[in-house]
Amino acid sequence: MTDLKVGYYPGCSLQGSSRDFAESLHAVAKALSIELVEIPEWNCCGASSGHMLDHLLSVALPVNVLLKARKAGLPQVMAPCASCYNRLATASHEIATSPATKAQVESVLQTSIDKLPRVLNVIELLAQVSDRIAPKVTKKFEQTVACYYGCLLVRPAKVTGFDRTEDPVEMDKLVAAVGGKTIDWSFKTECCGASFSISRSSVVGRLGAKIMQDAVKRQAEAVVVACPMCHSNLDLRRGEINQQLEHKTDIPVLFITQVIGLALGLPKKQLGLGRHFVPVKFPAKPLAPPTVP
Amino acid sequence: MSRIGVFICHCGENIAGTVDVAAVTQAALDMTGVVHAVDYKYMCSDPGQTMLKDAIVEKKLDGVVVAACSPRMHEPTFRRTAEEGGINPYQCEMANIREHCSWVHEKGTPTTAKAIDLVRFQVEKVKRNHPLVPIRVPVTKKALVLGGGIAGIQAALDIANTGSPVLLVEKSPSIGGHMSQLSETFPTLDCSQCILTPRMVEVARHPNITLYTYSELEKLDGFIGNFKATIRRKARKIDEKLCNGCGVCQQKCPVKKIPDEFNEGLSNRPAIFVPFPQAVPNKPVIDLANCTYFKNGKCKACEKLCPTKAIRLDQEDQIEVHDIGAVVLATGFKTMPVSNFSEYGYGKYKDVIDGMKFERLASASGPTGGAMKRPSDGKTPQHVVFIACAGSRDRLKGVPYCSKICCMYTAKHAMLYQHKVHGGQATVFYMDVRAAGKNYDEFVRRAVEEDGVKYVRGRVSRVYEDDGQLVVKGVDTLLGAEPVEIRADMVVLATAVQAQNDAEELAQRLHVSYDPYKFFAEAHPKLRPVETNTAGIFLAGTCQAPRDIPETVAQASGAAVKVAGLFSQPELTREPIIAVVDRQPPPVFSHCVGCFLCKSACPYQAIEEESIKNRNGDVLKVVAKVNPGLCQGCGTCVSTCRTKAIDLQGFSNEQVFAELMCI
Repeated sequence: MTDLKVGYYPGCSLQGSSRDFAESLHAVAKALSIELVEIPEWNCCGASSGHMLDHLLSVALPVNVLLKARKAGLPQVMAPCASCYNRLATASHEIATSPATKAQVESVLQTSIDKLPRVLNVIELLAQVSDRIAPKVTKKFEQTVACYYGCLLVRPAKVTGFDRTEDPVEMDKLVAAVGGKTIDWSFKTECCGASFSISRSSVVGRLGAKIMQDAVKRQAEAVVVACPMCHSNLDLRRGEINQQLEHKTDIPVLFITQVIGLALGLPKKQLGLGRHFVPVKFPAKPLAPPTVP
Repeated sequence: MSRIGVFICHCGENIAGTVDVAAVTQAALDMTGVVHAVDYKYMCSDPGQTMLKDAIVEKKLDGVVVAACSPRMHEPTFRRTAEEGGINPYQCEMANIREHCSWVHEKGTPTTAKAIDLVRFQVEKVKRNHPLVPIRVPVTKKALVLGGGIAGIQAALDIANTGSPVLLVEKSPSIGGHMSQLSETFPTLDCSQCILTPRMVEVARHPNITLYTYSELEKLDGFIGNFKATIRRKARKIDEKLCNGCGVCQQKCPVKKIPDEFNEGLSNRPAIFVPFPQAVPNKPVIDLANCTYFKNGKCKACEKLCPTKAIRLDQEDQIEVHDIGAVVLATGFKTMPVSNFSEYGYGKYKDVIDGMKFERLASASGPTGGAMKRPSDGKTPQHVVFIACAGSRDRLKGVPYCSKICCMYTAKHAMLYQHKVHGGQATVFYMDVRAAGKNYDEFVRRAVEEDGVKYVRGRVSRVYEDDGQLVVKGVDTLLGAEPVEIRADMVVLATAVQAQNDAEELAQRLHVSYDPYKFFAEAHPKLRPVETNTAGIFLAGTCQAPRDIPETVAQASGAAVKVAGLFSQPELTREPIIAVVDRQPPPVFSHCVGCFLCKSACPYQAIEEESIKNRNGDVLKVVAKVNPGLCQGCGTCVSTCRTKAIDLQGFSNEQVFAELMCI
């Protein structure tokens, strides 16, 4: 099987709060013969404060990252963090659609910015190699889970062009490919509060409670995510979430890479499963299939 | 030596605001052959036309160039004026310095230079013009109306009442269209069936109307006054003369579970069916895709049990060709499929329905007999949320235009619901309420003030199910963008109005232009709203744009008047812009070598074969001949001809090359 070589943009969270995401991603990539080439001397993508304060900076920062990837000869760049992915994709879109912005960024960066690498999120990358996954499954992931996409993977539609904006299904397909069941639920793309996790955690508690409540009500045994912020809001802030709920929830929140890693039979330590706040454990016997549509 | 006059129009500011008209006039005077050039504010006005007429006489002009708008707009006007001035009308040419220049460029020297070039082309062309004589053709005084909804019904009745025969072709088994499915109509709340069905009967009984239901237009050849329409009459598998509409076949048909199109899938129908009890004609049709006999060769229950022996299982489609003088397109609309809007849960939750389904629920002829029962469990919904603009005015996922009728029908729906369910609550999420029309705003006020419908200004982000109830999440922008959540028993989406699926294909087949949304285009948005750019084809109703019943009926009557006007003329004249094969005397001479490449190239089958004979009657040569009645002057044959034996009158090779060479 030939290696798939992809540019890898870790961003800040994969080296900090979401090391479990990074660990499981690398383990799964290795198992699926994907070579993740870290972009040399990458810089901040401009998420959180950057894009709120300065429009030029918000485009120039990610474009600079993509230029470094282009220089390294990488036709595709994968950003696992949904926020990084959104910044990179938005910058590409703006360069492609606004000649004025393009000229401005070119003058700041002192270079021409044609033929930028394609920006991928982690689900798009895994979907590219989905035919490699099924033959390597050693232990089917026989759990019923809620796939939670959050806001940034699929929106805005004209920027990401990924999946169905209001009712995405690509992550559900990946879970199904490793033997898992996914529930049909209503909160796939609802807001989790994102960076309010730090500034106003009570908001995150209120928003996360709705998401967790619906997932549990429909008998999900875990929530699967592909974004560091979704993960920390539903995992790290579970205390705040449970304060809002009558019935406490204790189902774990897994990254999609951890789910695939488990099915591929990778050791738990390599997948960072020990780093969660809500312990990763599943009921001994699978529950009855959900009856709610 | 030519004596050409150039007349430059300012078109108010339309041209003069961008193009330096004085400079164009000056430049025109310097062109070889131009003896007179003048500019004027409105050349098409009475003083402008008089100026042109007088100049022809005074300056002894033999050719005229009017530099103004598109020839589509005013070429006929100025050619008529030139004729009044005493020259052949085809010695007048238009230089389009508005649509092709001032409207699409910015003010500046290059724009003026382009205008001068455009004038120079036409000066070079008009020098090489020959006087032409319009072709006279007879008019077949019979109209084809395509589509049997309210637009087609009204147009057919109005034309028939002027004494001309009408062929009304409808593709479904009954006429009536969308209007026959409606419950009550705004702003008067009179029942749709009560006002429509008498008209349907009138159509069926009118001596001047031939009604072909379950039929389609396959092909339309020819031109204004002289169309040939090929109609496919699909096999109903019924002898319509013998069938008396007793309905036994429908009761005995073993297949019962086919979603009923007329009831929008809210009830079922058998495989042999009449769409609805008031259908015109009240004759059943066999749905071949679902009939047991046509699927596996057994059954024939209807044939055995029909008391009049009217079932004809071996009946075939019939193709008929009719001579037609004018066509009215009244092919109607469809509502937007809601599959783009998964956030509203349409298709996922049975109680999220669209407006047409609500019409059937509220209609006395509907599956519930007009009782308000929701589709999932037949319970009476206590709270119904209506979402306006589901797809309309949504540039990202829907259509950018306003569908025009939804504000009014949503108000009507909410009102009907309040009338039927006392103690229930209707809530409408809206962007704006657009209720422009006679008694329209009063109607919406009545819904709010007298019937207690709640209007929330804001969009809905999601509809989902929780504990068996629908939860509608939205925003109230008048309460400072407060998020609102409403638990509802039923949700109704006001889906956008769209052109029919086959509109584009039909338009291309009939050579009718259409807009980016596949609605048929009128010849002029203000002054020629019922005509198309193809002479003899007219528009009525929602195939042109979203509109309500009063407007549709008015437009249909307008189209009918246009047809009647056409039929009132003893004969028509056609532009002599047609191809001719050179046949200079002596009669045996022609450059044509009889290869007939032109014949295969001609899209209008206008090329015929002609034998050139000597005086003994021996055939010397077979050459091409253009039928002037069929030729549309497209010029395809001219470019195909290997020996340059064909030329296009009014756009000859000599003229076109002269235009190009002067750049």
